[in-house]
Amino acid sequence: MNTSVTLLEAINLALHFEMQQDQDVVLLGEDIATNGGVFRATEGLRNTFGVKRVMDTPLAEAMIAGLTTGMATQGLKPVAEIQFMGFIFPALEQIICHSARMRNRTRGRLSCPLVFRIPFGGGIHAPEHHSESTEALLAHIPGLKVVTPSNPERAYRLLLAAIRDPDPVIFLEPKRIYRSHSQEFSADGSALPLGRCFTLREGSDLTLVSWGAMLRETLSAEKILAEKGISCEVIDVATLSPLDMDTILCSVNKTGRLIIIHEAPGNGGLGAEISASVAEKSLLALKAPIIRVTGYDTVMPYFRLEEHYMPNAQDIVDAATQALEYL
Amino acid sequence: MQNCEVLQYINMHGEQVQPLPESLHSGEWLIHCYHNMVLARTFDNKAIALQRTGQLGTYASLLGSEGIDVPVAMSMSAEDILVPYYRNHACQMIRGMSLHEILLYWGGDERGNASTGQQKDLPNAVPIATQSLHACGVATALKIRNQHHAAVTLIGDGGTSKGDFMEALNIAGVWKLPVVFIINNNQWAISVPRALQCSAEKLSDKAKAAGIPGVQVDGNDVIAMHQAMTNALQHAYAGKGPTLIEALSYRLSDHTTADDATRYRDNDELKEAWKKEPIKRLRTFLLQESLWDETKEVALQEKVTQQVQTAVDEYLNTQPQTVESIFDYLYAELPESLEAQRDWATVKAMSGGSHHKGDES
Repeated sequence: MNTSVTLLEAINLALHFEMQQDQDVVLLGEDIATNGGVFRATEGLRNTFGVKRVMDTPLAEAMIAGLTTGMATQGLKPVAEIQFMGFIFPALEQIICHSARMRNRTRGRLSCPLVFRIPFGGGIHAPEHHSESTEALLAHIPGLKVVTPSNPERAYRLLLAAIRDPDPVIFLEPKRIYRSHSQEFSADGSALPLGRCFTLREGSDLTLVSWGAMLRETLSAEKILAEKGISCEVIDVATLSPLDMDTILCSVNKTGRLIIIHEAPGNGGLGAEISASVAEKSLLALKAPIIRVTGYDTVMPYFRLEEHYMPNAQDIVDAATQALEYL
Repeated sequence: MQNCEVLQYINMHGEQVQPLPESLHSGEWLIHCYHNMVLARTFDNKAIALQRTGQLGTYASLLGSEGIDVPVAMSMSAEDILVPYYRNHACQMIRGMSLHEILLYWGGDERGNASTGQQKDLPNAVPIATQSLHACGVATALKIRNQHHAAVTLIGDGGTSKGDFMEALNIAGVWKLPVVFIINNNQWAISVPRALQCSAEKLSDKAKAAGIPGVQVDGNDVIAMHQAMTNALQHAYAGKGPTLIEALSYRLSDHTTADDATRYRDNDELKEAWKKEPIKRLRTFLLQESLWDETKEVALQEKVTQQVQTAVDEYLNTQPQTVESIFDYLYAELPESLEAQRDWATVKAMSGGSHHKGDES
């Protein structure tokens, strides 16, 4: 049975499916039960599964993360929502010091099969602290997995994978594309693997690597470049940690040119990690320097200027042209 | 009726100040409690000696907390879940963690947390107050599953200044979670005394803001602690929610072996605190009640000394984990991206190990 759904609806469907088939899956967060979440990602779930499994929490992120960690040690599979990525900071101590370490610390006696769902990224004209992309902070932490989808079907299948994963997963939801388009796919409960990039377009001239909402601009750029006769391979990294460098290296070995696109600041960003790994392992395959197309190394501006902050398709086309013209 | 606000049955002179709870009339529990406290203190002395001779890492002494941790753990059922911080090894010992494992933990080996004790108990939380929230998560799991057990978590007086502690009391109150919070108010958070930690008259008053019961208990009186725990656990099992117990004690040790309390603490204060310590107090009471004598004392000391020495021998003869273990418990399955690092670590270890071992030239 195929349905056409938005990324936001796909998340709701995945939660619904997994709660139906696994009693240990429970949801908690601010405004997620009665209100169905500020973005409505959890709409209707409380009515279906009851207040014991869909819990409105008091307004305290460290508490949500600590509670989620404690619940997971006892074998529940909690899926917690942090309302916006800009509000994750009080929760980081719990996530970094405990969720990410419990398995290692106890030599596997206890584990944290939990998911933190977190809307991230800019472009929705939100107030300060509602537009951040701090995925690199989390991808840096051993013991966590960091995942982000770029379309409705991958949102559905990657969220299922995240909930079923025996380890803590940070599931970053690109809120700019929550409702931007619908996609038809079979909501059959099957998951995609974590730890794998997805090659969205095969190509031979250069490799475009991105994730989350920025894949929209990347695919637009690919189209513009294709019209000019330039063949781009487009890779959705999807799992930001642990990184599937094999897929990226394979592509770079083929094309010899690499553009990495992300919304977060370039400084210390995940693009730097990918770039360094390519330099370490495939330097001689490169025909041109690697180029990163990223947000500026500044604070995310208030929304009147946010479109100037975020990379656009033309920035990617320009970078591609620069790479192709390099001698 | 007792007329003091701090719950107490046996005063600092070992004198009974009110009738004992009926469950303790036989004295059997008290003798068992005394045994555990003596074992904990003997272990503690040995652990400090091991650290001072370079055979153990930095160690947090439990000296002065025996009167809290021992009755707390003894009051729990096997199905309750202990959520400790780093000074609760007396609790862990009673919960079935072996002395060998406790030494492994403080000796820098994660296998100490693999624990042969209660399988669902949490390991030590080192970041202050974070454990209070884990206990609420554990209690939420118990509640969701309709299991009538409780999570029991401890914290120091310093820890109560942290947001996590207040957030934990708050959620436990709102959700009526089956959790017992015990503050080991030992008057010092490293060098900061209780008076500089919080201007509330009692730390147990923090319960008021969360709408939960809070009680102050003499933490050097194991009977008072046992009674407070029994009340709190029954309250939790009955679905009535959490309790905050402030146990008044004194940190008779340094903060850890890396600390030197003479830099900030008046020696007269320490001397006064020793007059109230829990083991001597219980022994005095047991002797008065003819539940204990010198022969039993000598036999007990011999027994625990031997028990500790056996654990120490086992600990000192335990080989470190293989270097691969650094990788093997990070995730349920090792990510491919880490395989090369794991291989390299193995090769490096085989070829003479880490260059950090020192300059051989």
